[in-house]
Amino acid sequence: MSSTDLAIQEQHAARKAHRVVNDFSIQIATVNGSGSQTANMVLLRSILLMGVPVSGKNMFPSNIAGLPTWYTIRASTRHYIARKKEVDFLVAMNPETAKEDVLTLEPGAAVVYDEPLKLNALRNDLVFYPVPFDGLVKPVCPDAKLRRLVRNMIYDGILAKLLGIDLAHMEQALGKQLGKKAKAITLNTAALKAGWDYAEATFTKQDPFVIEPMKETAGKILIEGNAAAAIGCMMAGVTVLAWYPITPSSSLCESLIAYMKKYRVDKTTGKATFAIVQAEDEIASLGMVIGASWAGARSMTATSGPGISLMGEFAGLAYYAEAPAVIFDVQRVGPSTGLPTRTAQGDLLQVAFLSHGDTRHIMLFPSSVEECYTMAQEAFELAEQFQTPVFVMMDLDLGMNNWMADSFTYPDQPIHRGKLLTAAKLKELGEWGRYTDVDGDGIPYRTIPGDGMPVYFTRGSGHNAKGQYSERPDDYVDNMDRLARKFETARTRVPKPEIDRAADAKIGFVGYGTSHWAIGESRDQLREETDIKTSYFRVRAYPFNDELAAFVDANERVYVIEQNRDAQLLQLMKLDLSPERQKKLRRVLHYNGLPIDARSITDEVLAQEGFEVVKKTGRSAGSSAGMTGGE
Amino acid sequence: MAAKTNRIGLEPIVYKGGKTTLCAGCGHNAISERIIDAFYEMGIDPKQVIKLSGIGCSSKSPAYFLGGSHGFNAVHGRMPSVGTGALLANHKLIAIGISGDGDTGAIGIGQFVHLMRRNLPIIYIIEDNGCYGLTKGQFSPTADLGSTLKTGVVNDLPPIDTCALAIELGATFVGRSFSGDKKQLLSLLKAALSHRGTVMLDVISPCVTFNDHEGSTKSYAYAREHDDPVEDVTFVPYFEDITVEYEPGTAQEVTMHDGSKLYLKKLEEAYDPTDKINALKRLHETSRRGEFATGLIYIEPDRDDFLTQLNLVDEPLASLPLERVRPGPEALEEIMDGLR
Repeated sequence: MSSTDLAIQEQHAARKAHRVVNDFSIQIATVNGSGSQTANMVLLRSILLMGVPVSGKNMFPSNIAGLPTWYTIRASTRHYIARKKEVDFLVAMNPETAKEDVLTLEPGAAVVYDEPLKLNALRNDLVFYPVPFDGLVKPVCPDAKLRRLVRNMIYDGILAKLLGIDLAHMEQALGKQLGKKAKAITLNTAALKAGWDYAEATFTKQDPFVIEPMKETAGKILIEGNAAAAIGCMMAGVTVLAWYPITPSSSLCESLIAYMKKYRVDKTTGKATFAIVQAEDEIASLGMVIGASWAGARSMTATSGPGISLMGEFAGLAYYAEAPAVIFDVQRVGPSTGLPTRTAQGDLLQVAFLSHGDTRHIMLFPSSVEECYTMAQEAFELAEQFQTPVFVMMDLDLGMNNWMADSFTYPDQPIHRGKLLTAAKLKELGEWGRYTDVDGDGIPYRTIPGDGMPVYFTRGSGHNAKGQYSERPDDYVDNMDRLARKFETARTRVPKPEIDRAADAKIGFVGYGTSHWAIGESRDQLREETDIKTSYFRVRAYPFNDELAAFVDANERVYVIEQNRDAQLLQLMKLDLSPERQKKLRRVLHYNGLPIDARSITDEVLAQEGFEVVKKTGRSAGSSAGMTGGE
Repeated sequence: MAAKTNRIGLEPIVYKGGKTTLCAGCGHNAISERIIDAFYEMGIDPKQVIKLSGIGCSSKSPAYFLGGSHGFNAVHGRMPSVGTGALLANHKLIAIGISGDGDTGAIGIGQFVHLMRRNLPIIYIIEDNGCYGLTKGQFSPTADLGSTLKTGVVNDLPPIDTCALAIELGATFVGRSFSGDKKQLLSLLKAALSHRGTVMLDVISPCVTFNDHEGSTKSYAYAREHDDPVEDVTFVPYFEDITVEYEPGTAQEVTMHDGSKLYLKKLEEAYDPTDKINALKRLHETSRRGEFATGLIYIEPDRDDFLTQLNLVDEPLASLPLERVRPGPEALEEIMDGLR
């Protein structure tokens, strides 16, 4: 035995002694369309059922079947649910990516792999568990055509044994996943057992990673942000949905359709209290939403960046005609083909000013599935109160991945329809003008067709305070100034930022959306590893309120952390901040299509703070070169 | 002397709109007049009507009729989606949309196509002059092959026949008329108000400023000479106790959704507007002769419209109270339970 081999054996022994409990990441590399989703969800849920905080992220190609796909599951005693940069435990099922997947692992990681791939020859600093999947699946699944789909369940059985997950929890999770499909349950349960039995008979545990029961997940749910938003929309009393299929927003609409069919059909008459239309494109989707809201319905659409681009003209019309609209933008990477199934926060600048002329839109930034649920409701309230489009800025990571969360609470407020003119109000006012600022907040009173109130002719920008056609310069200026006033009012009514001020911190972090989870973890890393304390300002809406300037004042340097190349939130902040404050802003940017991770933020901040940072390499390493220096 | 009123007690003035800003002699103004007449005579409550339009000269015209109705001047070519949304919100509204040949045939062809497919209950009128007026006289997609602009530019692309397209796509009431034919246009508009489904009326409406010259096929002179009615249309609303007598075999009677009757008197050639293939054949034959067929080209009185297919509750969605649009706490609990 060479000295190297001996050293590795000692390393293994040491690791065995220190055991890594409930705090590691598993990556499963499979081929798209091979039924791995079921196996991965069962694994995820079984860890949840063990009482261990867990999160799952799907990295999938724009493809129905055949291309590589990775699913990562992270268990974390500290409730960290951002993507972990390092992979601790790999399940290599895809011959196409197996070699690269193995070569990019950190030393000491464990690998379960399909035996014929001979991955153990690649490195000697990892723990390998070869599994003859084809041999194991045959007796379990006599029907050769189904084997491809059942095969993946075997790795769940292997992992259950190796990690110490209770097989009963796996079976419970399987039941949840497959529902009443008896034949599928029988087949998959057998595959699960076959994996377990093989691991028990064949392997000696050599890696340190184990799952042990905790009591941290009682009552928790697992839900995708898109489904959470859909539930929020239903509870907000949405009545009209017009949409056009686009990844990653389609499942928001499809979830909503399913929930509405179940809970919003009149039980006695069988008639619907909602109308849902799959439109011919995103332009028509927003047109329908505007028409519906103009005629008094709570209406919405959901799309992604390319759809937002198409909606530009209508978004501007809605801003000027003052028609409410709720638009979910589940953001993804760039236009056309390329990375449509990868995540990004790249639409902020486009949405903030969407359309021509002077336009500004309200945006909400949910960070969690709970906020997808609550902000969906707030979006409808704001859209009707302000008579304007409201954009809910989600992203693929939030929308399409399963997140652990507390159960949602039932809304404690009725819905408010905003300033709808009533007979009593009309009597009080004496005279009504559609665009007259009666209350000084920039928000006029509106009437809707069929309500018996005075009528008006709806147009774009060319109208006076009474809603009459006008091209007079003073009428135009008055209207534009009132719209600006309305936007100022919005600053005080949109969701407030969440601010965490650390005592004697000199550095501030600003972030939003899904970056929140990696930011929290990075703050812990900085405090624990280098004793750097940070304060944190989580943006929850645009326009910003005046707390933003105060936060910048309270810090020497402010790192704005986002998942795009051009520092889009930072650019919006600059519009509101004085030149002195702008100088304090720093960029931390992440834009490789993968969800942002804590280590990338920590490394980047340390580098900008002047520390020597040895950046770990890895295929999924995500940090871009953040730009140093002031703004 | 009491002022003249209609069957719901409203005076004609209630149906008028603002003063037109279109050119004197524009065909669109005549169409606005016929719309005013039709809504007055049918006794439609203006407060239940919504007027919609896209962009262009045609799309300005809703400001010039039914001043007591809500109106929405949308964006270019996208009026169908706004109208669809409004009717989803309140299916009791009566919708009339005014478009032009550019607004429909060019920028709006996508939304037009899908509006026809859905058979949404809306009266969709194309004020068709074969050119863009507001941008000063460019050809539109309904301009005929070989017709010329004032500048002498010849159109070398075939026209889109919006009637043939509408029939092909599923509209259930398709007609063509001429702004100068008061009787025919009024009959078609009144019949349109009795129909439940998409009404598509292409009305040749000459542009006196940019397309009324020799060489134009959308001029007053050309329209008068080449108008080829497929039948003589007489409309009798359900609330009028009138029977029209025709000699056997000389007229076809069509019963509308609301019980009104259409009497279609045969001209030289027999024509059955309920026969889809025959309707398309007639449109093609007439256009091959350099003429245009007018009248009720196609009707399918009984097909379910889009809103009926959606199986909506009786009340407008827009005015449903909270308890009917927010499921109870037990629903949320059931959903949460499924996610644990």
